[in-house]
Order: sequence, then C-alpha cells, then structure tokens
Amino acid sequence: MSFIKSKFKHPRLPVNDLGLTYRDYEGALSTLCAGCGHDALTSAIIQACHELSIEPHNVAKLSGIGCSSKAPNYFLNKAHGFNSVHGRMPSVATGANMANQDLLYLAMSGDGDSASIGFGQFAHVVRRQLNMVYMVANNGVYGLTKGQLAATADKGVKNKVGDLSLFTDIDLCVMALQLGATFVARSFSGDKKQLVPLIKAAMSHKGFAFIDIISPCVTFNNHSGSTRSYDYVHDHITTAAVSDFVPVKTEITSNCDSGDCEDVCLHDGSIMRIQKLSDDYDSRNASKAIIDIEQHKAKGEILTGLFYLEPTASDFHEINNTSDRPLNKLDQDVLCPGKRVLTGINESFR
Amino acid sequence: MTANTSILSESTENNDIEVDEDSLVNEFVVRFANTNGTGSASANNMFAKAILRMGIPVSAKNIFPSNIQGMPTWYEVRISEKNYLGRRGGKSEMVVAMNAQSIEADIKSVKAGGYLLYDSSKYLPDSQIRDDINYLGIPISSICLKEYNDPRQRQLFKNVIYVGALAALLNMDFTLLKGLVRDQFKGKEKLITPNIYALELGYQYANKHFICPLAIKVETRDLVNGRILVDGNTASGLGAVYGGATVVGWYPITPSTSVIEKFASYCHRLRIDPASGKNNYAIVQVEDELAAIGVAIGAGWSGARAFTATSGPGVSLMTEFLGLAYFTEIPMVLVNVQRAGPSTGMPTRTQQSDILSCAYASHGDTKQILLFPDSPTECFKMGAQAFDIADVCQTPVIIMSDLDLGMNDHLTAEFNWQDEQAYQYGKLLNKEQLDELKEFGRYLDVDGDGICYRTAPGTHPDKGAYFNRGTSRDHFARYTEKPEYYVDNVDRLQRKFVTALNYLPKPDIVQGKKSAKVALIYYGTTSHPITEAIDELKNHGISVDTLRIKAFPFHDDIERFISKHQDTFVIEQNRDSQMKTLLVNELQIDPNQLTSIVNYDGLSMTSYQVVQGVLSHFSDKESKKDAAKQTNKKVG
Repeated sequence: MSFIKSKFKHPRLPVNDLGLTYRDYEGALSTLCAGCGHDALTSAIIQACHELSIEPHNVAKLSGIGCSSKAPNYFLNKAHGFNSVHGRMPSVATGANMANQDLLYLAMSGDGDSASIGFGQFAHVVRRQLNMVYMVANNGVYGLTKGQLAATADKGVKNKVGDLSLFTDIDLCVMALQLGATFVARSFSGDKKQLVPLIKAAMSHKGFAFIDIISPCVTFNNHSGSTRSYDYVHDHITTAAVSDFVPVKTEITSNCDSGDCEDVCLHDGSIMRIQKLSDDYDSRNASKAIIDIEQHKAKGEILTGLFYLEPTASDFHEINNTSDRPLNKLDQDVLCPGKRVLTGINESFR
Repeated sequence: MTANTSILSESTENNDIEVDEDSLVNEFVVRFANTNGTGSASANNMFAKAILRMGIPVSAKNIFPSNIQGMPTWYEVRISEKNYLGRRGGKSEMVVAMNAQSIEADIKSVKAGGYLLYDSSKYLPDSQIRDDINYLGIPISSICLKEYNDPRQRQLFKNVIYVGALAALLNMDFTLLKGLVRDQFKGKEKLITPNIYALELGYQYANKHFICPLAIKVETRDLVNGRILVDGNTASGLGAVYGGATVVGWYPITPSTSVIEKFASYCHRLRIDPASGKNNYAIVQVEDELAAIGVAIGAGWSGARAFTATSGPGVSLMTEFLGLAYFTEIPMVLVNVQRAGPSTGMPTRTQQSDILSCAYASHGDTKQILLFPDSPTECFKMGAQAFDIADVCQTPVIIMSDLDLGMNDHLTAEFNWQDEQAYQYGKLLNKEQLDELKEFGRYLDVDGDGICYRTAPGTHPDKGAYFNRGTSRDHFARYTEKPEYYVDNVDRLQRKFVTALNYLPKPDIVQGKKSAKVALIYYGTTSHPITEAIDELKNHGISVDTLRIKAFPFHDDIERFISKHQDTFVIEQNRDSQMKTLLVNELQIDPNQLTSIVNYDGLSMTSYQVVQGVLSHFSDKESKKDAAKQTNKKVG
C-alpha cells in the first residue's frame, strides 16, 4: 500500500459543469484497511458530488469518532471538516447548520457513534429535521478498538474472537423512520449503482436525509458466521425499490424495466425515479416501510433501497423562521440593539 | 497551616440583639414567609420596588425550594440607607408570616422588639406567643373570603393586602405604591383597579387597627443614584443580545434557565427582521447539556457567536466538549450559574463551588478563561464582552455567575453601551484576506502571540479549508502524533493564554498610599458584604485593602498585591477554598500567605461572617503567640 498520494492527473479526465474533475473532489489518502467498505463509500460520495457539480467549499463535512468518522478526511479536501467527539456529531452539525444554512452538510458516522454512545444525539437530530445528509457506515463492529460487537450487530451472531451478540440489535433506519426523518434509505458500500443515486437524492433533499450503508469490516467482521461480511451481504441482500436520480434540467431517459415507476420531484427540482419491485411498495408510507424492513429481517434478508421520501418536508430553519441571510453573516448593526434601546430597558428596572 | 474559618450557625450572629433605636429608619430587614406557587413573588417584588422608588437602597433575596407548589419559601428584603446590600443574616425586624407550615420557625426569626404580621383569621396557639415581640394580626383570609368569589383571586389578593398593610405600618409612600401597580400592569389595565383595591383593603385595615407608622419605618431619600433593580440572569441574557449572539443550544437547569428565557424574550423583541418578520437568531432546546454545548461549538466553528447556559451538573456533562473547544480553538461562551453541589446538591441554594472544575475543565492539560461578574451590571457587560474575548482568543469563555447573582434582584448601576464599540472578531479571515494570503495553516503561529488565523466553512473556493479535529495535528491541521508537533502545539496554547491577559478585565484593587497590613481578596457575590465588612472591621481598629478578582487566568497585579500584605484573606463560598487553591497553584505564592474565609451553607455570605473570619484568625494568632511565650518562659 502506498502512503503517498499521486498528484498525477490524467489530462483528459472528464470535467463537470464547474470544470472540475473527479480528482478535485478527493481528500487525503485513506489510512483505513485495504478493502474497507468505507473506502468504497468515500468513492461513492466523491462520484456523487462530482457528478452533481457541487462546489466543494460549500460543503461542510462532519463526523464523530471511529473508523467511519475518519472517512471525511478522505474526500472533498476543499471543504471544511469537523471531526468531533464520540457520538456528538449531531449537535455540532446542528450548531453549524443553525449558523449557516447555505452549506451542504455531509455527515459520516458509524454504528458505535450513532447506535450506542450517540444514540440520543442521533434521535434528536432526526426530530429537529436538520437539513443534512446523515450517513452511517454500518459494519456491526468496533474497528478502532479491534473487533467488539456493535449495537447494530444481529442478536446471536459471533464476532471474530467468538463473543456472542447477546442483546437486541438496533436498526437505525427503523429508528429514523419512527422519529420523522423525511428521507430514509439503506444501501451497501459494494453496490455503487444503488448507492450513488441515493447519495445524490439525499443531497438534493431538503430536510433530514438518512442513509444506513452496510459497509463490511474486512479485518474484524468478515468471517463466516458474521451477518455483515461481504459474502453474507451479497447473498442476503434484497431491494425494496430501484431508484435512479435525474438531476435538474436533465431529460429522463431511463426506462422502467418492469413494474410501476414513480417520479418524485425533489426540493432542488431534480427527480428521483423509483422503480417499484413489489405492488405494495409506497415511498410515502413510513410505517409500511418499518414493517417491510422487519419482515425481510425475519427471513434473514437485508432490505435495501429507498424506504421513505417526503419531498416537501420543512427543515429546522423553516420551523424556526430563521432569516434567509445566514446568522454567521449578520453584522453588528443588525445584531446589536444599541444605546437608545438600552436606555428604555434600564427604565423598566426602576 | 492556614486557618479555615467557617461560620455556619445563624444563631451565633451578633445582630440578634433587640431592635436597635438607631436603626429604626431605613435600616432594617423585612422577611416574607410564603408558600410557593401562591403568587407571592410579584407582590413581594412590588414591595421592594416601592422602597427603591422612595430613593432608599434595597436588596432582595429569594430563598426557595426545588419545588413548584406547596413548600415554604422566603423573601428577604434588606432596606439600608448605608448601602449595605449583602445578606444581613440573623433575625428580622419585621416578619410577614403567611405560611402555616413554617409559622413556628418564622415567629422565632423575629428580632426581640420586632414585629410579626400574620393572618389572624385563625388563632395562634399559646405556644406561639412570644412576649418580646409585637403581633400584628390581620384577618386576611376572612377579608378575601368576603371580598372575592374566585378561589384563585382569594389566594392572589392576600399577597397584595399585606403589601397594602405594610405601606401603612412602615410609612411607605402610598401614592407611589399605587403608581407602581399602574406601571406593573401596563397593557393589562383590567388588573389595575382590583390590585389597587386590595392594596387599599390592607392599608385601611392597618391604619384603623394599629398605630401607624411603627417604630421601624421608611423615609424618602435620594440615595439610589440612578441604579436599577434587576437580576443577573436577565442581565446575562441581555448582554448576549448586545454581544451579538445568534445561536443558542440549551437544556433547562436551575438556576440558569432564565438566562436563556430572557435572551429569547429580548430576541423576540429586538431581533426580528422588520422587513421579512424572520428571526435574526436561532435557539434550540436540545436533549441534554452535551448537545447544548455541541450546538454552541458547531456554531462557533462556523463563525457565528454562540452560547449556552447551565449550572454545575451541566458543566460536568460539558467537560469533554470544553476540552475539544480548548484544543481545537473554537470560540463560544458558557454562562455557569453556580449552585450548591456536589451532585444534585442544593439546586436552589447558592455557592461558588465550580471554580476549579471550570478553570481546568476537561481531561488532559486544559485551561479555560473564566470571568467573575459581581453584579447584574457586570453580567451584562461581561455577557457581551465574553463574545469578543472568545473570538479574539479562539477559546471558550465561562462566565461564573451564581444563584444569588442570577436569580435575585440586585441594586446595580444601569446597563451601559457605547454605540461606537465594534465587535472584535479577532483573526477570522474573509475571502479577500485569504486571497492575499500566500499560505494558510490553521495552527501556524504567524504573529507569535499564540493565536493563529482561522476560517469559517464556505469562505473561499480554494483556500482556507482545514479538517478540525480533537486529535494532535501539525500546523496545517493534519493528524500527527510526532512529539515535536504535539509539544509545539500545547506550548503555543500556553502562550495564547498569556496573550489572553491583554483582553481580560483587570482586578479591582482598593488600597491606600501606604498598604494596609490586612487585605481581603474576593470575587463574584462575595463582594456584596464587603462594604459593610470594611466598616465593621474599622470599628475593630482594622483597616484593609481589597482586591476583587474579575478573571482567570490571573493578572500579575494579584501576585504583587498578595506579596505586599502581611495577612491576606480569600473570601469565598465553597468548602474547599477553591479560589485560594487556584491562586496558590497558578502564582508564585506561599500558601501560608493566604487565609480562607469560607461559607458554604447555600445562603449568601454575610459581613458578620467576613468580620468573624478576620477576627478569629487574629485571636488564634495571638493565643498561639501567648502559648509560645508561655513555653519559652518555662524553658527559660
């Protein structure tokens, strides 16, 4: 493995609307294990941002602590990043977003970070309907501390050293659906075809978008008997609906192969084309989505795809009635009521 | 060894002598005993404000339980034309006993020769009759039963009736009192007439049945000198509005809650964009204190001015994040309204017991900037100034208020603001400045003062982005555990704290041309009994120099001041002499140079405690000397 990132750029790399190549969206060289699912996820984020011509500096990358939370360092090096404390990224993201609603907030978290130490913060940031993309790289295991079971590990499975997962597992998609997230999906880091359109749609969505990404840990959770290994996920994955993302101003060319198609217009004018794989799939029915997830799980399957989308949802700032100009750009003359007003206030205390 | 003097028992206080002929006019304490949840607070407040409007200095203390309805609560109003505004302690000249639950103790709390105003609708048992006090019985419940039909009104107007009676008994300006009611209910005009009627009921009854005024009474003066009567939390909230705070994350906790509530209500009045009707601020009540400070840090990182307010238990939860903000150098303000710990402690009692836990909040080598306001005036001033300090020094600033300061009304200099004072954002680069810059490194100490240049997200397309992280890093914010980078970074943070002294308020020092031998060091609310203590010590032939600490890290003046004095007392409200410990730890001083005077019973410090602390130290010293002489004689 090389520890120096090549600065060589192929002269004819495709450029996007901003004239930027894929390489302009990269970050530092990953220090994760070779074959880590998170690196595939990083690459999907880079591809999604490049293809959507997102201005890198208008993105804020946020994370907590853990292998997953190191990932923001590996994409979009022209964007500011904030690697916060364990499980507390949601509150930092809340503050940053409150201060400046004009940026795109991309957050990376892990199963320990979101389903254990930060479970409370996760739940409440969903409730607040913060306009952000919240991605969890879910491998069911603690990587940085070498292989302890996470709260998302299926009950009854064993980790690499043979410890049994004794307690009920937490499904973060189910939690997000219950708590009012307006975009909920699950994908697999090994399936870019599914993942990239979901990330694009999540970025175009206004409101809280959650994507749980099964991202196998090659070092600590890729053994037989694991339900998060590459082999197991390949064999047990099933899809709720195939979704394709059609950016603004692009003609819809994809055809429906089978079943019904539903086009959902997102906040920025882009379209999410959803191809239903079963008759009763309904992207607007959160409780139905929860039942579907649970039913597939009972059959030993991992259901992926877009579970729920509420395209006209309001976000925190709409609810708060925040000024259109970001709060961090307001000047003293707007913020400070001044001496004259203070004279009146003093009078009220006499 | 240094002496630790703590005076706990109220009964030992020397002012429990009979009502003093000299202190009959404008120099006494009225204590109201009520039940919480009965609406007594606003009536009691009206009483204090009326005294104030008569031009007489007044201080008011609310002594209340952590409960919403049904438990005893007291409101102590000290009227003092000598401007002694600390808690006097001891027994009161007048007790208004309106709570059957506590009346036995309340009767005991009347000074000999003093007065008990009580509801005579029910007879007092013989056991509650003292022959050394005067009983003023008004059948308040019966009057209310007759006058009002609505049970809630019967309850509420009881309070107004006794205020009316007090007006007659204490010779208060009744016209002024009625005017106050009109001011208080501006906008709710319907309430004016019934309130004035209730005042009249009490006033007339007292005039008819008692010889008015009593020996204790008030006389109009002109001694308020433009001061205002307000609580510290209102001032802190307003200070944050003036300081330009826009983002707040918070979690309710007594006694800090009203800081945010006041900030919100002032924002609602003063921070709505007139054109769009939209808010030029955002407040979110989050799930806990961890999230509250996380919000402030996220916003501070984004270049907005952000704060939160909490008390001891909240500070404990926030310490991990405080370490992150210290190490990653993110500005934010935390208002800590201290209460009595440890753990849940006494949530509605006052203390200054978070000094050490805040000064060194978080694991590893950390240090935080602390400000110590002593009055609502300073809560306002420091409440605004803290945002400049945080931005300039790129670090959290903790304002160390306490329950007494935050929740009680204090007579204080009016709030002051100069329109020409511009916010100091420090080294926060905009796009143009970044354009001109050859190289940006978040942790490059370009100016050698320990403070580096920073950028907010979204500022520039190509320059200034960095990865903010709690891990060790190099000058360009890249992760490294190389010893030389780590040491360089933490040493620079030390340097930054030396630079910070340029922006922190200096201590208030009062000393004569020739230094006195005795010095008092105090901070925050322990300054309230000091004026009185100085006068009392003078009566004992002891003159003192004083120093009030206003900020941590400490200015050099403090070390110099201590070295000039033979006996220096550090006066504070915690068991463990935390400020003394901090002084000894941070400055080059011999711990034997400092003597602690502490009070930690949850009530504000009194001048008596201060004076006794000083006197007992000297009498200890004397007796040790005598003992040594005796021993020497024997040996000789």
